[in-house]
Amino acid sequence: MSTKRILSVKDLSTHYFTSKGVVKALDDTNFDINGGESLGVAGESGCGKSTMALSLLRMVQPPGKIVKGSIKIGGLDVAQLSEKDARRKLRWQKISMVFQGAMDIMTPVYTVGYQMKEPLKYHKDIRGQKADEICMRYLDMVDLDPELFYRYPHELSGGQKQRIVIATALLLEPDLVIFDEPTTALDVVVEARIMNDLKRLKKELNNGMIFITHDLSILAEISDNLAIMYAGWIVEHGSASRIYKNPRHPYTQKLIAAIPRLHKDIDRLEYIPGAPPELTNPPKGCRFHPRCEHAFAKCSQVEPKEYFEDGVMVRCHLYGDD
Amino acid sequence: MPQTIVKARKLRKEFEISQSFMQSLRKKPKLKVKAVDGIDFDIYERKSMGLVGESGCGKTTVGKLVMKLLDATSGELYVKGQDVTKLNDKRGIKAYRRMAQMIYQDPFSSLDPRFKVYDILEEPLLIHKIGDTMDERRALIEKALEDVRLTPPDEFIDRYPHMLSGGQRQRVAIARCLILNPDFIVADEPVSMLDVSVRAELLNLMKDLIEIQDLTFLYITHDISTTRFFTDYIGVMYLGDIVEQGPVAQVLDNPIHPYTQALLTAVPEPEPDRLDRVKEIPIKGEIPSGTNVPQGCRFHTRCPYTKDICKKTPPSNKEPLEKGHKAKCHFAGDIEYKLRVIKLGEGGKAEKVEEIKPEDISY
Repeated sequence: MSTKRILSVKDLSTHYFTSKGVVKALDDTNFDINGGESLGVAGESGCGKSTMALSLLRMVQPPGKIVKGSIKIGGLDVAQLSEKDARRKLRWQKISMVFQGAMDIMTPVYTVGYQMKEPLKYHKDIRGQKADEICMRYLDMVDLDPELFYRYPHELSGGQKQRIVIATALLLEPDLVIFDEPTTALDVVVEARIMNDLKRLKKELNNGMIFITHDLSILAEISDNLAIMYAGWIVEHGSASRIYKNPRHPYTQKLIAAIPRLHKDIDRLEYIPGAPPELTNPPKGCRFHPRCEHAFAKCSQVEPKEYFEDGVMVRCHLYGDD
Repeated sequence: MPQTIVKARKLRKEFEISQSFMQSLRKKPKLKVKAVDGIDFDIYERKSMGLVGESGCGKTTVGKLVMKLLDATSGELYVKGQDVTKLNDKRGIKAYRRMAQMIYQDPFSSLDPRFKVYDILEEPLLIHKIGDTMDERRALIEKALEDVRLTPPDEFIDRYPHMLSGGQRQRVAIARCLILNPDFIVADEPVSMLDVSVRAELLNLMKDLIEIQDLTFLYITHDISTTRFFTDYIGVMYLGDIVEQGPVAQVLDNPIHPYTQALLTAVPEPEPDRLDRVKEIPIKGEIPSGTNVPQGCRFHTRCPYTKDICKKTPPSNKEPLEKGHKAKCHFAGDIEYKLRVIKLGEGGKAEKVEEIKPEDISY
């Protein structure tokens, strides 16, 4: 199957203009996603992962603003879109998102079916019997009994609700689906089952997926490519298996070494001393240098560019030629 | 043989479900949730024991029973030779609570937002009347902060919880336990709300404290991979009972109970080379309700290996491999631990099933 470019992000910067100063939550971000491909985005809390997802959907709330760059998806430039067009053409149809704690977003007073049908009604004007059939087909696709269409949310378990939210996100056949911490509130067994289904759906529907989480081991199971974020920057980006086997950026190295393993005895876990910087006033030069054990003079002076090694982008002076 | 600090025998806790007025008029029998259903375990001095399982399996109830925050329905629970279930005078409980302390899951709600770090740490000292003068107490507080590596203590002692990061708050919570010099700590999901790197830092710290402060831990978690690093023994709970327990490396590398095997299969491992394969999860359905624990083996409704005997007779502990590694399964030792992955072809159709060895998972 030929792969087509679904999403292309260039030089994207999103800042929040707060009373304490400009928070540079996302700076100079570049990445692409092809059909049938998934990108895993990992990083500590406050590194800009969620801002990135919201920027793609044009849902950054004031005082936040996309200040620079372009986001191209299926002929639309998201950064230039008016709010009305974003609502009509972009959300649900091109990009949909499964939010963190998605199982709590359902209204308890309507049936599952009523809530699932809403996007069909407003975006495609599909109603009645036909809408019911489409919804049930998607329920079946996420491995649920189509009978659940007639139930109320309180009758369902957390895993079932999560699946319904995923089915709803897929309903309008978007090119790209963003999952923000899709399984954090779930048990391992349920989590593994949902991950299995997402892997299958990715092949079946051939759309793009973005997974946002701080749990690198979940990302390893599902992402083709990885983007490691630190303080508003993507510091390493490339094929997941290359990054796992040979992490280049000192931050990625520490992050991977901090995961406890199930089948290996580890005497001490690695960790990164200190805390992530305030993004109103990020450190000069490389944003990671105050916490980096390989930092040298240049790191505190010059911002590292995007260097490529073996097809993996890494933003670190250790890999520059000059 | 190391000394036993905690010894639980047939420990049981049932919760009655409240009835409506009409139901009580009709004299319906009250429904009972068997949260903890006759468990046995031992925790040795300066060792840590992990309790893992799905939500609703009763692991937190065990922690609360051990802390005497709940009273057991029946059974015995000895902590340092003293039967905690029979403790009922105020003074005895207070003395017990000085010896045993608890770390909670959420450092954002377990610290009073109006107390400074100093006040948070002084409160246990005041309650237990430790330190006669303010200077003495301040010295103890500074030492506790140093023990959890919040240094220099002067910088943290006058802060409010909102001025601290998640990791720092959890350290304050740990310092609040340590200040009473306890022998035994129950940690209920202490790191599950924290980022990977902070989590690693705290687990290292807690591991060091076992050595430095002669502590014994009961570590309750749903994150099985952290138990391999932090604990010496592990108990796997299912529906109110510990179905498998033993030294952590043995249980995780050679699980003999089908539930443990399934649970371990489900744990995500950083393994990027199997993107086009999905893991076969051998158990069916969802965890049954605690009001209606299945007859016979409590796992038989979801077990892939169920035989007739499983539906009738509850299994007792078996030790087929090594001493101390026990499982409550009629066929423990006969069921081989297999990991099966299904290769996905074009369009997401299952193509073929492959078997992989557990030792091949981590590279």
